[in-house]
Amino acid sequence: MLLAIDWLLIIEKFVLIVVVVLVALGIAMYSTWAERKVAAVMQDRRGPNRAGPFGLFQPLADGLKLFFKEEIIPNTSNKFLFVLGPMLAMMTAMLTSAVIPWGGKFEIAGRTIDLQIADVNIGILFVFGVVSLGVYGIMIGGWASNNKFSLMAALRAASQMISYELAMGIAIIALMFITGSLRLSVIVEQQMNHTWNIIYQPLGFLIFFICALAECNRTPFDLAEAENELNFGYHQEYSSMKLGFYLFAEYINMFISGVIMSTLFFGGYDIPFINEAAYGNAWWITLLGVGALFTKAIIFVLIFMWIRWTIPRFRYDQLMNLGWKALLPIALVNMLITAAVVLWFNK
Amino acid sequence: MNITEILFWFLSALAIASALMVVLSKNPVHSVLWLIMVFFAISGHYILLNAQFLFIVNLIVYAGAIMVLFLFVIMLMNLNTDTEPQKNKWLKVAGVVAGGCLMLVFVAALKSSGTQQVQMGEGNIGLIENLGKALFNEYVLPFEISSVLFLSAMVGAVVIGKKGD
Repeated sequence: MLLAIDWLLIIEKFVLIVVVVLVALGIAMYSTWAERKVAAVMQDRRGPNRAGPFGLFQPLADGLKLFFKEEIIPNTSNKFLFVLGPMLAMMTAMLTSAVIPWGGKFEIAGRTIDLQIADVNIGILFVFGVVSLGVYGIMIGGWASNNKFSLMAALRAASQMISYELAMGIAIIALMFITGSLRLSVIVEQQMNHTWNIIYQPLGFLIFFICALAECNRTPFDLAEAENELNFGYHQEYSSMKLGFYLFAEYINMFISGVIMSTLFFGGYDIPFINEAAYGNAWWITLLGVGALFTKAIIFVLIFMWIRWTIPRFRYDQLMNLGWKALLPIALVNMLITAAVVLWFNK
Repeated sequence: MNITEILFWFLSALAIASALMVVLSKNPVHSVLWLIMVFFAISGHYILLNAQFLFIVNLIVYAGAIMVLFLFVIMLMNLNTDTEPQKNKWLKVAGVVAGGCLMLVFVAALKSSGTQQVQMGEGNIGLIENLGKALFNEYVLPFEISSVLFLSAMVGAVVIGKKGD
């Protein structure tokens, strides 16, 4: 009975997982390079240009540097949790990619392969659940460091994430009224056949986008690592690759949230103005679709960077005011209007 | 043993072991983290019953929100094993007696409930479609009233937060 498993399916999924993880890591790696280049352009500098052409080997050099740094675990820290923190941060960052439809279908030797690791019935909610677990990596790491600044930063991060999850959840509910399904693959197919959800839900998208910025701990919401008041934030005591994991998880989160926003609001792997169904399951159209999704996601990552180098950090009370007194009521109103309109047209 | 059974026994053992660790850990933060493990194990059981919606809601609400608040409070209080106040001996005895009574009731309730065949992996009441239909047809009034209650709690939180201005 134990061997009655579709081994081909396991192999297929395993390959897909490895590819997705590697691609996400690669994009996160080059996001660090892009971030410096974007910062350099905005501040009229050159940015990294020594390692390789256009400084393209800079991320490799950075990674190598982090690996060779001395690994310090503070004496007074809780050792197990101190190690667990960055692991959790990395894991929750990668976990969301499991339910994202990366592309259409491939046909290899008569076998149709979905470019999605798990097409679960609860797609959006899975993403939301993993995002809500993402705070543990920061909280556990911040507490286990046994440093007051780290603890304060961790608590800040936690309260920020909880506050913005509310508005995000309500924005998702308004989107669900329109899609009528939680399955991400169905949501993408609907958008391929009709119009993108951004047309129906511009306000919902704006709320979702701001909340995604806050959930990724990006400027202007990077209160958890405010240098001038908290030294270095929740990863103050971390060194070597553990610090690298925290920094890297942020970039993976950015990429994944870009992918999710493209999937929910911008048609996922839909190529604009082209009817993919006319080409059948040709392998090149599937690949182009994957390319379209990545392009959209990378545009979002660049917008994140643009915002980071344009807008200064909020004060903490401003952050809470924005979350509870502005975004939450707007999201509620958006939900009510969407519900009323959907009800009106379905009559 | 097929895969479902192996998973069932694994998750059950994990749930019970973690639940024991919640009580036995000296450090309150560890207790909270073990409690999160319990929620994960129980959510795993929902998956075995094909109740995907209940699985994810259990994770979002309990592991993702309520336990974060627990962790928040306990981290702020900074309870340590050496600073933990020692409770009265009689209080401990009373706690054991009360817990034992609760367990007795549970065991008795389980014993009298009779055996029922559980639909493993094929029941579909926990899928969001069926659950939604049940909630909005049979239980629509209590469901709506409780949702108004939640909304008022949320508005109340905002009002309390506004008081400072």
